[in-house]
Amino acid sequence: MTIDAWLQAAIADAERRGLPDLKPVLETLAKATTALRAADFNQSAVDSRQSKVESRKSATESSDQSSDDSRRNQSSVDSR
Amino acid sequence: MMTIEEFGRRFRDGEVTSTQVTEECLRRIDADNARLNAFTLVMADEALRRAREADKEFTSGTDRGPLHGVPISIKDIIDIRGVPTTASSRVREGHVAERDAPVIAHLRQAGAVLVGKTNLHEFAFGTTSEDSAFGAVKNPRDPARSAGGSSGGSGASVAAGMALASIGTDTGGSVRIPAAVCGTVGLKPTLGEISIDGVVPLSRTMDHVGPLTASVADASLVYHALLGDTRTAPPVPMPMHGLRLAVPRKYFCDLLDNEVRARFEAAIDRLRASGAHIDEIEIRHATDIAPVYLHIVLSDAAAYHAHTLETVPDRYTPPVRLRLEMGRYVMAEDYVRALAGREVLAREVDAALAQHDALVLPTLPIVAPPIGAATVEVGSTREPVRNVMLRLTQLFNVTGHPAVSIPMGPTSSGLPCGIQLVGCRHQTDALLKVALACEPQITGISVPRGGTVGG
Repeated sequence: MTIDAWLQAAIADAERRGLPDLKPVLETLAKATTALRAADFNQSAVDSRQSKVESRKSATESSDQSSDDSRRNQSSVDSR
Repeated sequence: MMTIEEFGRRFRDGEVTSTQVTEECLRRIDADNARLNAFTLVMADEALRRAREADKEFTSGTDRGPLHGVPISIKDIIDIRGVPTTASSRVREGHVAERDAPVIAHLRQAGAVLVGKTNLHEFAFGTTSEDSAFGAVKNPRDPARSAGGSSGGSGASVAAGMALASIGTDTGGSVRIPAAVCGTVGLKPTLGEISIDGVVPLSRTMDHVGPLTASVADASLVYHALLGDTRTAPPVPMPMHGLRLAVPRKYFCDLLDNEVRARFEAAIDRLRASGAHIDEIEIRHATDIAPVYLHIVLSDAAAYHAHTLETVPDRYTPPVRLRLEMGRYVMAEDYVRALAGREVLAREVDAALAQHDALVLPTLPIVAPPIGAATVEVGSTREPVRNVMLRLTQLFNVTGHPAVSIPMGPTSSGLPCGIQLVGCRHQTDALLKVALACEPQITGISVPRGGTVGG
């Protein structure tokens, strides 16, 4: 779920529950969540995923299309 | 403030009794508690009975160790059998603890005299001790200012001589913050070292129990008593010459009140002049600390409070209720991201300590904020009080490293501020040895802070 979609849903829920004062608090949380998702350690996960993709590409380009490669690619996609 | 060490010497020399010192603490509570609001419950009769027992026991040949006969206050979030654990909240009206928390049992075994329970930020979920069913705790140095939090009553009780030590809890800085703004020592041991059973949780994965005291030596004595270890003396200080200290300037010194910065730099200069080797280092991912902390503490707290937020929401103070409600909206995927960040940060602090005996940084970027302030001026910017008060302490709750706050002398307006030493995980005693060595240089005075409690 994107942070924008989450924030809209959360504010709507808070209003439905009679807690309009939660809106600024939720906006603060949204900023913190944006920062959390932008953290370097999350980017590292993206990097490692990219490197898997790179190594997969490399393996595909440099070798025959063996059934083993095919299975490995599928599982990389799955885990991604 | 009389230290526990000083009391111990005079007690064993027959110059003073536990009853006399306990009576003096109770007199100060009677004189100042209406002004400071430090206590939610004063246990005068039981304290005097215990003090007389301690005196009688000692004269008949039994010495329980360094806390024998020492008056201590307890944050009202820790169970003492037979009395309410209010957590300074109306939510817990009618509660009476059925048994002592293990830390209380250890203190009783060590001969401590429990003088009462101290006020706090409701459910320990705040840094100012303003949002409390009992009203705001006032700072003894300036009653218009916060005593810090969440263990604000504990800090005020020690600073005002109402107890020789207090037991607080620390989930994002709640021992070290009141220690810094009230001018006491505050120790957060390694995560998991001291039992948190019988303590109302804020975050089970980041809660710590720790002492607030007048000196590092006293903090060591109380820390060992909390572990159930009745050793008779503090550890020997590390030699200053060759001590390896690291200052993480980036992030941790970026946002400091000018007077706090001046006190910090003066303390660093004194440490260097005394023979310590000071390196400047960087803790990577420091800007991620607050989001990581927030997503963990909010989720943990929301889980604990989910039922009462539905059944008795109006019994919470509005700010604490809102903060708890915020936690109910954290997404699982972000909680998991925060847990991953926690591991990264722990490794970063481990790496920073690999070649050093301790990290050195301010405890708080500011002095005690005025009661009621939502924001505070720091250098050239205005910052939310809660964010700025947690900024330098919360990392070590996330990572579990032991940290101690030591007063680094008052600002020109006479307000206390603190310096923080951080040690390796599971090496709290080693940190205390470093802190004992550094304390005279940090405070700028070469003798233990003395006092007049007990005459």
